[in-house]
Amino acid sequence: MPEVTRDAATQGSPADPSAGSPTLLEMEGVSKRFPGVEALTAVDFDLKAGEVHVLFGENGAGKSTLISLIAGAERPTSGRFLLNGEPVDLRSVQDARHQGISAVFQEFSLVPQLTVEENLFLGAELTSGGFLDKGALHRRAQDIIDRLNFPLKPQQRVAYLSRAEQQMVEIAKAFRSEPSVLIFDEPTASLTERETDRLFALIEQAKADGVGIIYITHRMGEIKRIADRITVLRDGHKIATLDVADASEDKLVELMTGRVIDQIFPDIAFDPGETILSVEHLTLESDVVRDVSMHVRTGEIVGIAGLIGSGKSEIGRACFGAEAISEGRIRFDGENVTGESIKQMLRRGLFYIPSDRRDEGLLMVRGARENIALPSLDRSDFSSMLFLRRGAERARTRTLAERVELRPMNLERDLDHFSGGNQQKVLIAKALTRDVKLFIFDEPTVGVDVGTRVAIYGFIKELSEAGAGILLISSDLPEILHLTNRAYVMYRGELRAELEGDAITQDTVLSHFFEREAA
Amino acid sequence: MDDTPETTKQTSRTAKEWLQLAFVRLGVLPFLLVLCLIVFSMMSDNFLTGRNLMNVLRQSSYLAMVAMGQMLALLTGGFDLSVGTILALTSVVGAMTMAAAATAMPDMIWLAIILGMLGGFAAGISISIVNGIGVSIFNVSPFMMTLGMASVGFGVALSLTGGVPVYGMPDAFGSTFGFGRLFGIPAPIYVTAGLLAIMYVVLNWTRLGRYLYAIGGNLKASRLSGINTRLHLFLAYVLCGALATIAGLMLTARLETGEANIGAAMPLESIAACVIAGVSLRGGVGRVGAVVLGAVFIGLVQNGMNLARIDSYMQTVVIGVLLILAVVADQVRQRLIAQIQD
Repeated sequence: MPEVTRDAATQGSPADPSAGSPTLLEMEGVSKRFPGVEALTAVDFDLKAGEVHVLFGENGAGKSTLISLIAGAERPTSGRFLLNGEPVDLRSVQDARHQGISAVFQEFSLVPQLTVEENLFLGAELTSGGFLDKGALHRRAQDIIDRLNFPLKPQQRVAYLSRAEQQMVEIAKAFRSEPSVLIFDEPTASLTERETDRLFALIEQAKADGVGIIYITHRMGEIKRIADRITVLRDGHKIATLDVADASEDKLVELMTGRVIDQIFPDIAFDPGETILSVEHLTLESDVVRDVSMHVRTGEIVGIAGLIGSGKSEIGRACFGAEAISEGRIRFDGENVTGESIKQMLRRGLFYIPSDRRDEGLLMVRGARENIALPSLDRSDFSSMLFLRRGAERARTRTLAERVELRPMNLERDLDHFSGGNQQKVLIAKALTRDVKLFIFDEPTVGVDVGTRVAIYGFIKELSEAGAGILLISSDLPEILHLTNRAYVMYRGELRAELEGDAITQDTVLSHFFEREAA
Repeated sequence: MDDTPETTKQTSRTAKEWLQLAFVRLGVLPFLLVLCLIVFSMMSDNFLTGRNLMNVLRQSSYLAMVAMGQMLALLTGGFDLSVGTILALTSVVGAMTMAAAATAMPDMIWLAIILGMLGGFAAGISISIVNGIGVSIFNVSPFMMTLGMASVGFGVALSLTGGVPVYGMPDAFGSTFGFGRLFGIPAPIYVTAGLLAIMYVVLNWTRLGRYLYAIGGNLKASRLSGINTRLHLFLAYVLCGALATIAGLMLTARLETGEANIGAAMPLESIAACVIAGVSLRGGVGRVGAVVLGAVFIGLVQNGMNLARIDSYMQTVVIGVLLILAVVADQVRQRLIAQIQD
């Protein structure tokens, strides 16, 4: 068995810091193709017992694909996958779980209509004599929750839990069986500091028990705190694997982006003019945003930072007429536009570019031409009277597609068959079809490669310097730090802070991200 | 290894690969049409004659009209199970109005015919207006909404007639719209061709058409692009109903009676025609020309089975099997598309 000898060789390697602890999992030349995109190209990866191995890389670098292969949610297109030295072919998440691999995914895999305990044992229900053994299930669930010391009630319905509580259920689910490999995909994104500490203590304990942990995070602080080794991925390729001792922040960022950081973010000349948008004491009917006031001037880029669910997206959507407003006013270009429809706002010159392109941004089953033209078919350059001007449409959308450098330059190809970055370019091209005075970008670089990211920042700079107002809503801290001249920080539906110029630093923004807990 | 088939694919395209490519480009319908022409012309000498084919075209024109309407609902990601009821109610109300008007003013036959058609149209369209309101404003799922209205409409049609056919329409109605011919081509074919032309223009050259594709493609994205999604969903169901009403009137003219049970097979057959023609059940994809071909295909199969003396019970079995096969073929096609694209 060649695998075993190779295994022995790696273990015996003198340069290996964790030599001696057995390799749990090993991947060789693993590739994964999705229609239209190669998400992973010949990636090698290994995980040892008792280590925390961090996966580091930009959105779209292939981290999520890699863990979905390890967790059995997807199957590799090619390559070898060894578990405890034996080749395995994981057919499903269930199968992976049986082999001792448990994952906590970023997108929750909970059924909202079921209770906490039912979710914990979903797919592994306890039965006696063919019937559900609800008593035993309840006791075991309570045991797990007690062991983890999470503030959860087993019989609560998941739908009524907060995002952080759902995250805890998700984590508890991974600890349900006795896993040998644990996977966390940005588990702390919606946890408070205290909950994060609790999770890290659990991870330490699992490490001591010889569990191998794969951990995805963007946060340098977390890497310093818990990582043993770090593997950097970029555009589906493995760039390097290094020990935490060798990994400085600058080095990681450079490996991650493939260039020095100030090349990614352009220098923008801000020339703030008149106030174009002002939000006055805005409260939404959904209560996701409460009593928020802010403003944006022409020629400036204003950021809204905050965690997912802090209400930052909803502010942008409310300005665009896509959320029901219960109190407050929105003024655009000197006029009161509170409660106007999306169509009216488009005509006034405000454009909102949504964060989730698949869910809200694009028609995946239609071509690029139809997608780009969609918001502007009412304009005379796309239609006259009753009929569409298809020739003009084709010419105009081609110009825009060339401007955003769409690849491949095929306007009729279904969007499903473009890469994430190029889909994002189509989304931006949509906004360029109209005369827009204020662009609202909601997470404009989620799931795109570095090249597209740079191109998008270039557009934002261009638009801003041409005099448009820009509201940049982002969970990506560097974006807020490097692109904006003013930034607001949201926390749980309320405005926490307004920062300007040099005051926008990682520490000042972050300090407003979380609940400040009295110790 | 993985590499070997890749390289052969690049060096030469075999006949199988050409077929695969054609399948991916055109869908399953052309293959089914050729297959059915071959099979039935072998089973019956009378199948492949000009006379019979014209007959098939006329018979399938009613389904073609309904299927074009059904396509509008499917494009938006819904469907309309009440098309059969719309046909029935149109037929019954149209015939009753026409008969009453013809009795009241025997001198003005054409006025009576027009009044009757308007009456039938109003009855049929009212069902689809309720469908449209339910789906677009109250967010009732199209399945429940149109299934419920199918029951309501059918009940009304039956109670209006007591289950008995309605007689007494002027002869001119049937002889013009049911049996009339111009240059040897039956009237329903002209009507279908006209509707096809209108539908083609609406779907491909107007904002309305583009918006229907967009809504089915992604409702939320359409809304955020400034489209009035409620209005256009509503219009999709109303236009679907309008096409079904026209089919109902044409069929009433052919039968020369108003009948409450003429549309029973229409929901299934119209959805089948669309799906076989490659209209996506998830919305956003479909071509109107193909839908008419899909209806003609179903007509051909039924006609061929009649000529081959396959009994009518078995025919419904065959239609059901074809429908499922078409959906399976579409799944296979999606997978092939995913493989071929890069």
